[in-house]
Amino acid sequence: MVAKNLVNISFTVNGERFNNVNVPSRQHLADYLRSQGFTGTHLGCEQGACGACTIEMDGKAVRSCLVLASQANGTNLKTVEGFDDEMMEKVKQNFLKHNAFQCGFCSPGMLMTTKEILLNKKKLTRDEIRSEISGNYCRCTGYQSIVDAIEECINEIN
Amino acid sequence: MDDIKVNQNPKLGSLDRPNSYIGRSLPRENAKKHLDGGGQFVDDLTLPRMVHVAFLRSPFAHAEIKSINTNNAKKSDGVVDVFTAKEIDEVCKPWIGNLGHLGEMRSPEQTPLAKKIARWQGEPVAVVIADSRAQAEDALELIEVDWAEKEAQVDMETALDSNAVVIHLELGNNLFWTRTVNQGDVEKAFKEADAVVETTLDFARHTGVTLESRGIVADWNKAENKMTIYHNGQAPHMMQHIIAKHLDLNEGLVRIVSRDVGGSFGIKVHVYPDEMAVTAISKKIGRPVKFIADRLESFTTDIHARCHKISGKLGVDKNGKILAMEIDDLSGIGPFSMYPRTSAIETNQVLNLSGAPYVIPNYKAVGTVVFQNKTPMCQYRAVGHPIAVAITEALIDKAAYKIDMDIDKIRKINFIPDNAYPNKCPSGVPLEDLSHEASMDKLLEIMDIKEIEVQKEEDFKKGVLTGHGVISMCEVTNPSPLFYGVGGAHISSQDGAAIRLEGSGAIHLSSSITEQGQGTEAIMKQIAADQLGVKMESVRVTLGDTDATPYGGGTWASRGAGIGGEAVLKAARKLKDNILNIAAAIMQTDKDTLDIEDNNIIRKNGGEGISLQKLAETVYYRGHELPKGTNAELLATASFLIEGIPFVFTNSAMGCQVSIDQDTGIIKINKFWAVEDCGTQINPKLVEEQIRGGVIQGIGGALFEECVYDDQGNMQNATMADYLVPMAYEMPDIIVDHVTTNSGRSIIGAKGAGEAGTGGAPAVIMNAVNNALKQVNAEVVSQPITPEKILKAIGKI
Repeated sequence: MVAKNLVNISFTVNGERFNNVNVPSRQHLADYLRSQGFTGTHLGCEQGACGACTIEMDGKAVRSCLVLASQANGTNLKTVEGFDDEMMEKVKQNFLKHNAFQCGFCSPGMLMTTKEILLNKKKLTRDEIRSEISGNYCRCTGYQSIVDAIEECINEIN
Repeated sequence: MDDIKVNQNPKLGSLDRPNSYIGRSLPRENAKKHLDGGGQFVDDLTLPRMVHVAFLRSPFAHAEIKSINTNNAKKSDGVVDVFTAKEIDEVCKPWIGNLGHLGEMRSPEQTPLAKKIARWQGEPVAVVIADSRAQAEDALELIEVDWAEKEAQVDMETALDSNAVVIHLELGNNLFWTRTVNQGDVEKAFKEADAVVETTLDFARHTGVTLESRGIVADWNKAENKMTIYHNGQAPHMMQHIIAKHLDLNEGLVRIVSRDVGGSFGIKVHVYPDEMAVTAISKKIGRPVKFIADRLESFTTDIHARCHKISGKLGVDKNGKILAMEIDDLSGIGPFSMYPRTSAIETNQVLNLSGAPYVIPNYKAVGTVVFQNKTPMCQYRAVGHPIAVAITEALIDKAAYKIDMDIDKIRKINFIPDNAYPNKCPSGVPLEDLSHEASMDKLLEIMDIKEIEVQKEEDFKKGVLTGHGVISMCEVTNPSPLFYGVGGAHISSQDGAAIRLEGSGAIHLSSSITEQGQGTEAIMKQIAADQLGVKMESVRVTLGDTDATPYGGGTWASRGAGIGGEAVLKAARKLKDNILNIAAAIMQTDKDTLDIEDNNIIRKNGGEGISLQKLAETVYYRGHELPKGTNAELLATASFLIEGIPFVFTNSAMGCQVSIDQDTGIIKINKFWAVEDCGTQINPKLVEEQIRGGVIQGIGGALFEECVYDDQGNMQNATMADYLVPMAYEMPDIIVDHVTTNSGRSIIGAKGAGEAGTGGAPAVIMNAVNNALKQVNAEVVSQPITPEKILKAIGKI
């Protein structure tokens, strides 16, 4: 990579400051985060279809494979490694209880989508939950256990 | 502790005791790391001086490589080197995907990189090694290949025609393998039948689409002559053997580490050319080399599955009794048979398993497997089952309709009775410990067919086509050496477990079975803790490392619980026996008066015991206190394999109800029920999740998934946006129930449960759709059953 293709940016990841770092202009955010050891962010398709790389950028869920690293300038990012608040601990307990994952590769993205559902504070039917997570691909579970877990989270949290 | 959901196997002791974990739906505490972002997948690994590769892959389905010029690519930023077949072949010997026990297989030699001819779109041709994957991809564009495109043989149905393009000239034609099974006299029986029905079904190619793509890091350490491979595979010891063999390494100095694996489903149990190339590159350049397939590479180089066209014929008497069944199956496997399992096995299973639940005295089956210029096809979850079950169950429904009999009744009168095992499939494959009658009864009980019939009529009045189906099936699980080993493949059918009591009182267990998310670690822990009498949290498990686990086959063909679990059980019982012997010596009492509960050795008749920790401390640190001659072995090992039969079968009954929108052709699955008999359930929740995940994969194949090719052999939908996988919104909740018939082959009594869902769902979906379409005299015979096919069937387009 030649220096002229580097972009100098600053941002935070899970509260940790990244000041004046140089990122390749063509590198997507997921690749950058992974290169820094945030390997909980997974890549399944690199075209925004599978949802595995979904992270939080300034409070919103984004596909980190569809965002350039340089676009993270000035933002606050949260990855699965930073999902440690009380609500997310509850979500994780429900995922564990219902076995809402098998291989775990989709889980970081699925947790982020769940977080967004819960922050919207709406009571959802099972069909509506299915609709909300229909942008996150899971090959293992068949989704029912994930819907079970999210349903329980909604009941507990709302 | 969660409810106990299953009848306990009497060989396992009472459930009403401390530390009885077998049979309980305990959460997978070990897997919580995935929710904290702490999984360790291959791509998460970075090693010092590691380089990355990108492959130049054939853009054509069939083309001659006249020349390759890599000079400019070698000068590109960050590039370490660029190799073609010439360089890779210096370190890696070719392989052949044939086995010796099923008649002549004709696949020729295959090398990691194509030499003179590329035979499928995606076949690797050259490889760039660079400091980053991005730089390697940049340099790919600078490789100059002089291609001469050749006509491609894409369609399997014309592959044996006299004017077909012959893919391997030395073979003279495109036949890979053929087999005929002939039991009884079908010709005569069809003549005697009161009704004969026929159908021909098509199954498109689909693929595994594991969310984590294939990946490997190969690390050649010249100083130690040691090759360490981090690989997201299913069978580490098989890979150890193969890499040693083809790279001419000391097998004992090849270490395969398979840590977390992001889904496998059979996709990751095969030997892939690009992965062999990566290993060869590391050997050649002496640096760690990483390859992670991108999604395009996954679609065009992960094995595909299915690709069958099967004709079937069934003859019944007027009472519905089956007299004869005949099938003729054609399958296309791409240009090479995969190594080392071969691409004959899917067709072989179609021949073995068709009609398996039923008494069919006369049975004939012909299978033909041909080469074509498409991605190689091989074993994927429920190998051959979807085809075998769909043809059988479609014919049975047709026969029922023809003689006007209920679809459940015709099945019941033809089942091999539950009390008639051991028995045989119509093909002659041995069967034992199955329960089709009890499973169908349970299915009908939970489905409420009468209510469904009423709803069907009401929906029809509203213009909605609603239909239902029921099916029965056998699932191959727990294979013996007669599956692969007998044919010359170095694939272990025996698995081992090693269990030890450590100085701290902790228990460490290692097993040759691997984890891809099924819950291997959790069930191994349950078995060990249950059999030893210790708390679950005191057991630590190591899997997926050839340097640290016993030797064995790994995870495939639903063999983890039934084979690996039995080895753990036996090892745990041995260790318990050893512990009690030592305790008896320390406590000056008879061993039979002692037991282990909650990590303590207790006196059954009361009185003070000692903790396992105390016992371990005495053995390890104060051995001089033990009575002279005490055998203080605190490490126990055991192995297990299935002997005498090819497989331990599981059976399932499934039902579903679908509705079809006549304007859009869209099929909605309203309800789906599955009754599974996998014997002892070590963790019922995990069994249910295997069934559910399996059913959804089966629904994918039945309704959505297809690797679409044009007539030049170009895959048209090799992205996750274009290839339709089941997503949450379209999928139903699945009601799972159980019948329990323990396998008599082991103490634990567990059969497998991983593949029935995928094997049975396509059949029951298709039967339900055709049950609905029958109301308008329409039928579909091709999977995936797309809205377009429905609209064509009902004459809307």
